[in-house]
Amino acid sequence: MTLLHDPAPTTPITPMTEALSADHDMGTPPVTSDAVVDLEIDGQQVSVPAGTSIMRAAALAGVDVPKLCATDSVKAFGSCRVCLVEIEGRPGAPASCTTPVAAGMKVATTSPKVDKLRQGVVELYLSDHPAGSCADGACELHAMAETVGLTDVRYGQDGHNHLNIDVDASNPYFTFDPKACIVCSRCVRACDEIQGTLALTVEGRGFESLISASGTSFMESECVSCGACVQACPTTALQEKSIIELGMPTRTVKTTCAYCGVGCSFDAEMRGDELVRMTPSKEGGANEGHSCVKGRFAWGYATHRERVTVPLVREAITDEWREVSWDEAIAFAAERFKTLQAKYGTDSIGGITSSRCTNEEGFVVQKMVRAAFGNNNVDTCARVCHSPTGYGLKQTFGTSAGTQDFKSVEKADMILLIGANPTDAHPVFASRMKKRLREGAKLVVVDPRRIDLVRTPHVQAQQHLQLRPGTNVAVVNALAHVVVTEGLLDRAFVAERCEEDSFADWEAFISRPENSPEATEAASGVPASELRAAARLYATSPNAAIYYGLGVTEHSQGSTMVMGMANLAMATGNIGREGVGVNPLRGQNNVQGSCDMGSFPHEFSGYRHVSDDTVRILFEDTWGREMRADPGLRIPNMFDAAVAGTFRGLFVQGEDVAQSDPNVHHVTAALTALDTLVVQDLFLNETAKFAHVFLPGTSFLEKDGTFTNAERRINRVRPVMEPKTGKQEWQVACELSEAMGYSMHYDDASQIMDEIAAVTPTFAGVSFAHLDEAGSLQWPCNDAAPEGTPVMHVDSFVRGKGHFVDTPYVPTDEKTNRKFPLILTTGRILSQYNVGAQTRRTANVEWHPEDTLELHEADAAERGVSDGDWVAITSRVGETHMRAHITARVPQGVVYTTFHYPESGANVVTTEYSDWATNCPEYKVTAVQVRPANAADPAAEVAAGTAGSNGSAADRPVRT
Amino acid sequence: MTVDALVRMANQIAANQSHLSEDEAVAAVAKHLKSFWAYSMQRELLDALAAGTVELDPIALRAVQQLQPA
Repeated sequence: MTLLHDPAPTTPITPMTEALSADHDMGTPPVTSDAVVDLEIDGQQVSVPAGTSIMRAAALAGVDVPKLCATDSVKAFGSCRVCLVEIEGRPGAPASCTTPVAAGMKVATTSPKVDKLRQGVVELYLSDHPAGSCADGACELHAMAETVGLTDVRYGQDGHNHLNIDVDASNPYFTFDPKACIVCSRCVRACDEIQGTLALTVEGRGFESLISASGTSFMESECVSCGACVQACPTTALQEKSIIELGMPTRTVKTTCAYCGVGCSFDAEMRGDELVRMTPSKEGGANEGHSCVKGRFAWGYATHRERVTVPLVREAITDEWREVSWDEAIAFAAERFKTLQAKYGTDSIGGITSSRCTNEEGFVVQKMVRAAFGNNNVDTCARVCHSPTGYGLKQTFGTSAGTQDFKSVEKADMILLIGANPTDAHPVFASRMKKRLREGAKLVVVDPRRIDLVRTPHVQAQQHLQLRPGTNVAVVNALAHVVVTEGLLDRAFVAERCEEDSFADWEAFISRPENSPEATEAASGVPASELRAAARLYATSPNAAIYYGLGVTEHSQGSTMVMGMANLAMATGNIGREGVGVNPLRGQNNVQGSCDMGSFPHEFSGYRHVSDDTVRILFEDTWGREMRADPGLRIPNMFDAAVAGTFRGLFVQGEDVAQSDPNVHHVTAALTALDTLVVQDLFLNETAKFAHVFLPGTSFLEKDGTFTNAERRINRVRPVMEPKTGKQEWQVACELSEAMGYSMHYDDASQIMDEIAAVTPTFAGVSFAHLDEAGSLQWPCNDAAPEGTPVMHVDSFVRGKGHFVDTPYVPTDEKTNRKFPLILTTGRILSQYNVGAQTRRTANVEWHPEDTLELHEADAAERGVSDGDWVAITSRVGETHMRAHITARVPQGVVYTTFHYPESGANVVTTEYSDWATNCPEYKVTAVQVRPANAADPAAEVAAGTAGSNGSAADRPVRT
Repeated sequence: MTVDALVRMANQIAANQSHLSEDEAVAAVAKHLKSFWAYSMQRELLDALAAGTVELDPIALRAVQQLQPA
């Protein structure tokens, strides 16, 4: 008897562990059960977990039952009546997708009766389907006709049909053609079960049934354009416009998304050398076949007309750019850097690595700074987002990264979501979270703003603690106070796994009355009773997990807050297994990786301090160069030093600091002061306006390397096209290093990863070959964990015992007053990404053509502002303008905006205040005033390019 | 470097050690500065203190006085 292995849903599906189901649609989702059922299908004895559908059991036995409405990414529906089978002893012909196996069952997937029924069903479908409507291979219905042996449709098309319904082409990326729809409801189920938006439904009954997107067009509906419905659709009813235009793909390259820290795996589907569509990979460990609008559709920026593909130089930033060869550009940059060092000292130059480039590219740039520049003046974008995560989790747990994988949320009973908005910023992970919440897990949201997850279809937070911005630590201390003083500690866990002394100190500290919910209520604005209820829920749930974002880290006590959350998790034993943990939702596709690679002024790769003699000697021996033992400059320190005149040259890889960093006036003053600024990027961005050398970079479609997502998952990035610039970015850094006097050569990117593995213990087992075999690997991956580490701190913390840290609440120095009575906080939106360099050059601008300022109606009324009015937002450091949007999402006293458009100048008003430990900017707390914009039309200022930033012309959103 | 920024950062680090005794706080601040501040930043602040052009909060002052940048 054949026991057919069907991986448990908790087993990551990789090409090697379940080749059949990874590339094959098994019809219905897998089932987990300890019980096994034996049955016979087409004379073959099979054994499968109890609860498996006949369809899936047959597929596992190598028999594909014809189907239309069934697909293994969603639950069975049984509507199409194509998958009928005969079961000995049972009347009729039941649908195999909705019929579970039973012991001793004898199934025939084909018989004269079943075959005839199937043919009849398909014939009826085709009678109401546009003839010749489908590109080759695009339509399962036409393929099914062939499968069932249908050669002729006897019914004409003169009767009642759906062939006169218009196409909905409102969405920029796909069309909905009801004529081709068979109302199988795969799309509805995909939107419900996979995405969790529930935007689609079947409207009407019987022959009048039609798929409807909230009763309106797709673009006007609640659809978030994730494309799950398009992927699920068996016909061409829902179809990518790129497929309609270019035809079906002919080959596939597996790669990884370059947008957010979820790190979705994709099949880049090509037709020749042209990318036709991006389809999320079923075997992707982070996304398991799902994606969002950005990853799936917004890749057109890679071939946008504004893309720069040749090197540019100029003597002064007031000069016009001059196109030059690579040799000339690199020689120009190297000569200027060397001249600066000769004149102003070794420490007068530095580099910033990108959080969007590969691990290999980041590693090479930090190596260039250390070995060629001869200093530790290297930093990365994590400085301005999750550097407090690195600091705080290292202090408490011993590792500068989150503790779980994304799949872990499936086992959470309670989710404490703090300062994060995953439905906008990490949508594919949010879909996982929503699924778990729909299954009954409890949610507490801690956020000044009413994010979607507070109340969304079939999900409602138990509580929304709508705290005042800047009071995170007061709140987390109060939560912990409740846990300790109400006897909710997991003392057994603490005794076994944590330091006795630091716990005793912390227990005494947190028990103090000033940390109680009652004492902190005045500062935080969170009612004590609500806070107590939230604490009790967290502490008493079997598995409670903390998920957090930049609403935690981008504060003057960002690091303190991270340690406060770590304290809470340790105190309640919510570490070291699935369903729990402290989970940073890291923003960018490779911000985790750039940190891992040592893009820090104080650490080598693997988070080891530059003063550690053993580590430093390893790098000196490997790189053949003396390494500095003293820390270098962080990004804000570089800017301060530039203004002061001691820092003169900077290499910026793939970051737009003039838009993304706070206090833009100060940043641009710093950039202006530099003698030599080298920018490596895809487009001439805000920062490039101050550059002397522009080195064209490569998009993710051209890169060969790896990204590391928020789960510590290292994924391969494979090129689907040759670099449009003629070089990989790591080659450019090697050549610049060579020109600076340090020879660095690799034949290919895999050699760089081999070097990373050789010098970084947590990456010791990583190689391109291993990644190709495993699909992805979560570090640490080494002898102790040869296949990687999904969940950390299982038996002990990386540092041994968990370390508690006292976290006194220190209010921010950024105070509201009569002049600046409101607090501005910032965030992201689904359709746009960070500074918008990529997404503004795609059709995603149709959803978010500009940044707007959300304000409460009371604040708006007090100022005479109506919805859509232009307003001026002023802080003590600057002023900008945008349109107002009046909403109840923000509480009175708080205003909110995004930062995706340079015109909006959100960072013109953010300040120099930062986290005490890491200098992560306090983006989330800026005291501002809002007033109606003056009579001079601010739109005219935007058109003239004098709005926001520093008065220079700003990029406009461009539609492709 | 804007020395005002250095003063602000040093004072802020000290303010976040209020849970420690004075000696422990001084040690923690000094350790933090040595771990994360470039020598140029340490030197600049020491020079400004020596010149009497800046003042630090007491714990920050004691910590900075322990710095010995090369």
